[in-house]
Amino acid sequence: MTATETTPAHLATEDRFVPIQTRSERPTSFDPADFGTPTGREVNWRLSDLKRLAPLLVDEETETGAEPAIEYGLAELEAAGLLVESTGHDAAPRGEVFRPEDVVSAIAWKRCQNALHIRLPEGQVQEQPVIARLHGTGADRHGNAHIVVEAMPGSVGTIVLHHSGSARYAQNLEIIVREGARLTLVSVQDWQDDAVHASAHQAVVGDGAYLKHMVVSFGGGVVRVNPSMRLAGHRAEGEMFGLSFSDSGQHIESQVFMFHEGVETRGDVLYKGALQGEGARSVWIGDVLIGQDATGTDSYEKNQNLVLTDGARADSIPNLEIKTGDIAGAGHASATGRFDDEQLFYLQSRGIEEEEARRLVVIGFLMEIVQKIGVPEIEERLAEAIEEELRRGAGLAPASKAGA
Amino acid sequence: MSVLDIKDLRVSIETEQGSKEILRGVDLTINSDEIHAIMGPNGSGKSTLAYTLAGHPRYTVDGGSITLDGEDVLEMSVDERARAGLFLAMQYPVEIPGVTVSNFLRTAKTAISGEAPRVREWIGDVRGAMEKLRMDPSFGERNVNEGFSGGEKKRHEILQMELLRPRFAVLDETDSGLDVDALRIVSEGVNRIKGETGLGVLLITHYTRILRYIQPDHVHVFVNGRIAEQGGRELADRLEEEGYDRYLKAGV
Ligand SMILES: Nc1ncnc2c1ncn2[C@@H]1O[C@H](COP(=O)(O)OP(=O)(O)OP(=O)(O)O)[C@@H](O)[C@H]1O
Ligand SMILES: [Mg+2]
Repeated sequence: MTATETTPAHLATEDRFVPIQTRSERPTSFDPADFGTPTGREVNWRLSDLKRLAPLLVDEETETGAEPAIEYGLAELEAAGLLVESTGHDAAPRGEVFRPEDVVSAIAWKRCQNALHIRLPEGQVQEQPVIARLHGTGADRHGNAHIVVEAMPGSVGTIVLHHSGSARYAQNLEIIVREGARLTLVSVQDWQDDAVHASAHQAVVGDGAYLKHMVVSFGGGVVRVNPSMRLAGHRAEGEMFGLSFSDSGQHIESQVFMFHEGVETRGDVLYKGALQGEGARSVWIGDVLIGQDATGTDSYEKNQNLVLTDGARADSIPNLEIKTGDIAGAGHASATGRFDDEQLFYLQSRGIEEEEARRLVVIGFLMEIVQKIGVPEIEERLAEAIEEELRRGAGLAPASKAGA
Repeated sequence: MSVLDIKDLRVSIETEQGSKEILRGVDLTINSDEIHAIMGPNGSGKSTLAYTLAGHPRYTVDGGSITLDGEDVLEMSVDERARAGLFLAMQYPVEIPGVTVSNFLRTAKTAISGEAPRVREWIGDVRGAMEKLRMDPSFGERNVNEGFSGGEKKRHEILQMELLRPRFAVLDETDSGLDVDALRIVSEGVNRIKGETGLGVLLITHYTRILRYIQPDHVHVFVNGRIAEQGGRELADRLEEEGYDRYLKAGV
């Protein structure tokens, strides 16, 4: 695809008003009041759709009332014996690694009494992926949740959080991958168009452990999923993959943070997004920090966006900060392109109609991520959703210039 | 028997400095089962002619006509031209991330013949064609042209030609970047397809070497956006000896 580096010039000037700080030094607090109300100039809010996220900034009781905002379909977890009795605010491991970094996350912490605790028992190999189904019961219902996913030493498994329906839903996800464990965690945002969702994921990966973390967002009005991963252990490995498809009026955001803390850790970040239609937005901010003790680090991050029509906009901001001189390798890349005329021409010159050619190019672009999911049900649902999006976009005029 | 007829074709491209005329009145008639070689200096407009035949959106046709058995090719979209039987083996084939060769070939075949090929037969056809071109079957699982060497890309173009069975093929420097063995294999492929289907070929090349394998019926010298001279095989040999100076000095 035609690659053009995205240079967010308007942001460069704004930077002067924001004190420069290392990503790991971002303030944290369990008290929402400490954050105040964001103005939209803050480093972690400036590209967000604050207007539509506003209902999640309201610090109110959300666990009373007969009808919860989210129905938790946990039958598969229960059947697999992965559900642990819900934990209160002070019950370990809740809060072992999680520190709210923004007001929405602090409210979710405060207003969720009983965290959902999912645990892969020590040494257990869970062959089948296990899916938790979170279903929103109404676009006007406010929900707050704290979820802990804990992979005990030596365990192996795949956990999926699948979100559907509609709600105003703030969520914290605390992920602990203990030594030698291998966890795949997939969060799928398959919401209806009027859902408002903000989720903060914080993961810590221990000695010799591995976490594959995936964010798949294609449904919802505003979807903000900000994952961070600390490769804390010796030889910890982490992969962060993301796939999004933003339609007209959708705002899909991910602020991704990979922190190499331990010695000889390996990290790979790859997010891909497709956008189409008037007002379709995607925001990706990717920070990689290689700490001063993280010798022998191997790190790469990349974000690629494919703008399918005019009127859609992708912001892509990669940052790489290195505090040790002794690393194995580090790199980053960001590219936002439109449909590549040469690719379309090549396919059409073999008799393939334009619409079909577009389909091949878009699916080809996203396939790299789809193939990494490894959960057949989710891969099928996603393939179906991509086809749906493409049908919807078929009537729209193609993008006329790169970057949008 | 088919005829591809190009008459007084004038083509320009939009550049930052404005419109630039590249083809300045090209006349060329190609019949089925004929091989026409086009030779000419760099930048003379050979690829422009090839791309214009295929309908690349970058080129603006300012005048003249292209017809295929009387049908107006210029009226057709890129994919319609391919379905009408035109094929362009490109000088620089394009990489398509995430689309495998086998998926691409099947999709193209389905588009060209209007129905999905029967699976068993198709798999056999693809395997057979790859074998003849000495392409490893593993190419089927690779993404289209991604990471292919220059010569592999060219073989992949001929593979498509073999499977899609066009009426006319334009080979734009298909011989460049091929090693001696590959040159022979690819040439054999072209001759084989021509023998089987009566393919008409427009062969763009800088070297007479390929003309030892693929015997041209006509040789055209392309200079400065038009055909400056026509002849038989012997013209190609003379060009190799003398170069294009004669034509350039004459200011054709
Ligand atoms: N985008 C462009 N801007 C300016 N000039 C262009 C552009 N595209 C093509 N041209 C010019 O058009 C002319 C014809 O190019 P073309 O590729 O058809 O030549 P060719 O005969 O195939 O050359 P070669 O033997 O090197 O392949 C060249 O002078 C080329 O520089
Ligand atoms: Mg050329």
